[in-house]
Amino acid sequence: MNMIKNSLGRLVPDDMIPFQGADQIIKKNKRQLIDEIIVGGGNKPVETDMSSLFDKLNIQDGMTLSFHHHLRNGDAVLNMVLAEIKKRKLKNLTLAPSAIFPVHEPMVPLIKNGSITTIYTNYVNGPVAQAIEQGFLKGMLVMDTHGGRPRAIESGELKIDVAFIATPACDRYGHGNGVEGPSQCGTLGYAIPDLLYAKQKVLVTDHLVDRVKKIDLDGRYVHMICHIPSIGNPEGIQSGTTKPTRDPIQLRIAKNTAQLISELGYIKKGFRFQTGAGGTSLAVAQDIKHIMKEKKIVGAFASGGITNFLVSMHEEGLFEKLYDVQCFDLEAIKSYGKNKNHLMMSASEYGNPYAKPIVNDLDVVVLGATEIDLDFHVNVTTDSFGHLIGGSGGHADTAYGAKLTVITTNLMKSRLSMIKEHVTTITTPGETVDVLVTERGIAINPRRQDLIDKLKHSKLPIMKMEDLLKIAYDFTGVPKPMTQEGRLIGVVRYRDGSIIDSLYQIKGV
Amino acid sequence: MKRSLLFIPANSPAMLQNADIFGADALIFDFEDAIHPLEKDAARDLLTHYLDRFKLNDMELIVRINDKTTPYYVDDLKRVVSLPVDTIMLPKTRYEDLIELDTLLHKLEKQSKREHPLSIIPIIEKAISLFEVEKIASHHRVTGLLLGGEDLATDLEVERSQEGTEILLARQMVIYASKAYQKDAIDTPFTDVSDQEGLIKDAMFAKSLGMTAKACIHPIQIDTIHDIFSPSEKQIAYAKRVLHAEQEANDKGLGVFSVDGKMIDKPIIERAKQVLKRVKP
Repeated sequence: MNMIKNSLGRLVPDDMIPFQGADQIIKKNKRQLIDEIIVGGGNKPVETDMSSLFDKLNIQDGMTLSFHHHLRNGDAVLNMVLAEIKKRKLKNLTLAPSAIFPVHEPMVPLIKNGSITTIYTNYVNGPVAQAIEQGFLKGMLVMDTHGGRPRAIESGELKIDVAFIATPACDRYGHGNGVEGPSQCGTLGYAIPDLLYAKQKVLVTDHLVDRVKKIDLDGRYVHMICHIPSIGNPEGIQSGTTKPTRDPIQLRIAKNTAQLISELGYIKKGFRFQTGAGGTSLAVAQDIKHIMKEKKIVGAFASGGITNFLVSMHEEGLFEKLYDVQCFDLEAIKSYGKNKNHLMMSASEYGNPYAKPIVNDLDVVVLGATEIDLDFHVNVTTDSFGHLIGGSGGHADTAYGAKLTVITTNLMKSRLSMIKEHVTTITTPGETVDVLVTERGIAINPRRQDLIDKLKHSKLPIMKMEDLLKIAYDFTGVPKPMTQEGRLIGVVRYRDGSIIDSLYQIKGV
Repeated sequence: MKRSLLFIPANSPAMLQNADIFGADALIFDFEDAIHPLEKDAARDLLTHYLDRFKLNDMELIVRINDKTTPYYVDDLKRVVSLPVDTIMLPKTRYEDLIELDTLLHKLEKQSKREHPLSIIPIIEKAISLFEVEKIASHHRVTGLLLGGEDLATDLEVERSQEGTEILLARQMVIYASKAYQKDAIDTPFTDVSDQEGLIKDAMFAKSLGMTAKACIHPIQIDTIHDIFSPSEKQIAYAKRVLHAEQEANDKGLGVFSVDGKMIDKPIIERAKQVLKRVKP
């Protein structure tokens, strides 16, 4: 395969669109929409096992099957489908799960024997990631963003033959939700593009009722229902209560982050905010909560994956609304069931660059990083050795959309500097990243002279990215540069469909 | 002026690496209780390399050595005089220990051609030490007294309580001795790191008695301690007005003056000066 350089100097396959800048392609092109696949109302056929379901859906070699990841590491649906693929010895399948977790280990032998040859996903870790990085996937791994995936589906770029939609509760009309039944997961935002555009849609449920109380999945789009004893393990689906970190270094980072956001004047009436579910992110939210309470500020909304912490801020009147694509914990699930301003958003409404997404309304997003470099490019896809450890999720989408994108990370972890001269893999382009906050200093992207000017008299430890890197190297020494020598195994696809970086087989494997 | 003193086990690379990022006014590198007997030499070596490699500015550097009844005492001292630190923290201090330490330090500092003599912060953690605390505070090397509440409670054969009733007298004696000689009165650490409310109560009570600083065993306690032991904006503004009014009165040759309608006398002026000394630049 021939490779060409994209605008960031990264080699990408020449038969794909190279990345040209964060908004170059979006500005030039119009939204592409295929027709929605509407089946109509009425009772839906119900199957009770995968074998008869495969027969009815006529699943064959070479098809593309999709899944959502709301059941996370408790998901049993994808694994049931994998078992049936194995039994039928199907070949050359493309899988398009919105994320892949360690629980999906049964996918590994099917990758190795050629049953699954291509994978589209937004996030992958665990044994499947290891099998792919070792070069067992015969075709390509395409790593999308949460906003890029619905764009690819609605434009027909990613054609889905069958969408298996794990549904915690559904009725005989095919209406479904995630807030009833034993396998509750809350909102079902990532399933919506699949529901609208896949050629065949089947709701897989363990809780079939006469009428669901809330309709998040519209039965008019549903072909069939598969009623099985269990769609997943609640322990893996719901993560208990997510809590702010107690780690003093991360607390320091969080405090400085909140202080920075405050000094920049973003915490004001109508504030629109997103942060993750990690301990540092929640500690930032905690500090922002104190500032909002002290200044009696009411924000317009918090968005993204919703945690109990954001729920508490909403219930205390600090955010008018919660826009929720995915509930991260039990309290968030409960809140979505009862709070009328806790609203589901589809993946497209969340981050699709052509759908005027919520991310574009954000004032501030606080994100993590596995690596960040002197050009402020961020890697959350691989580690510094090239191992697959995650993926963009909404990282690149929110970084593009928010007025202020803050990356928080420890300056060093396990004797490695988190700042690099060049990141191993670019997930999010530096032009969409504004600030890095570490425990030893804060670096502002030189593109944001307005922020630098505003913080001229700040007591926060503001310094150049190069100086922060030097501090890290004083501790760690200068690492030897890694070289990419393995074969191409996949690509990182930016939200606009262009290729921002390539993924390589791990050296020496 | 110190408000917070953070203990760091000197044998922990991860904790040393991050010791300076939490904004503590002083770091206490520990050779004593936090270090297993088999790790004492490793702690000395690691701290030596760390301080050799990294410059720590704007904070007082203290080493808590092992007390003189241990076999580590002399080796600790020999090492400390060669390090770029400011102060030795001496556990279980008796007055006679202080005199002996001073003599030994004098000799070692001379041998090592140390430019600046080391200060000493004695830990008052034995009942008997409280009967000597005034003499201890008066020593020229002593810059402050740390009350060691846990060991003192053991010596008193009582349980430590959240209210601290059992160490109230000791707290007050340490404060009185410190104030008598213008030394720092440093309060015992609050040991339940998960109880922020408890820390706030304990630190506020200590401050109300007259403590000027508090030792801490976890970085998470520092901000709270700073909030409590720093003068408030209102106190700073008042102190500035007092000193400004004093200057004006002096310029006009007035012996008596007032601020906010109240007559200002010498103790108020001194207190204003103390408040401003406690404001970190």
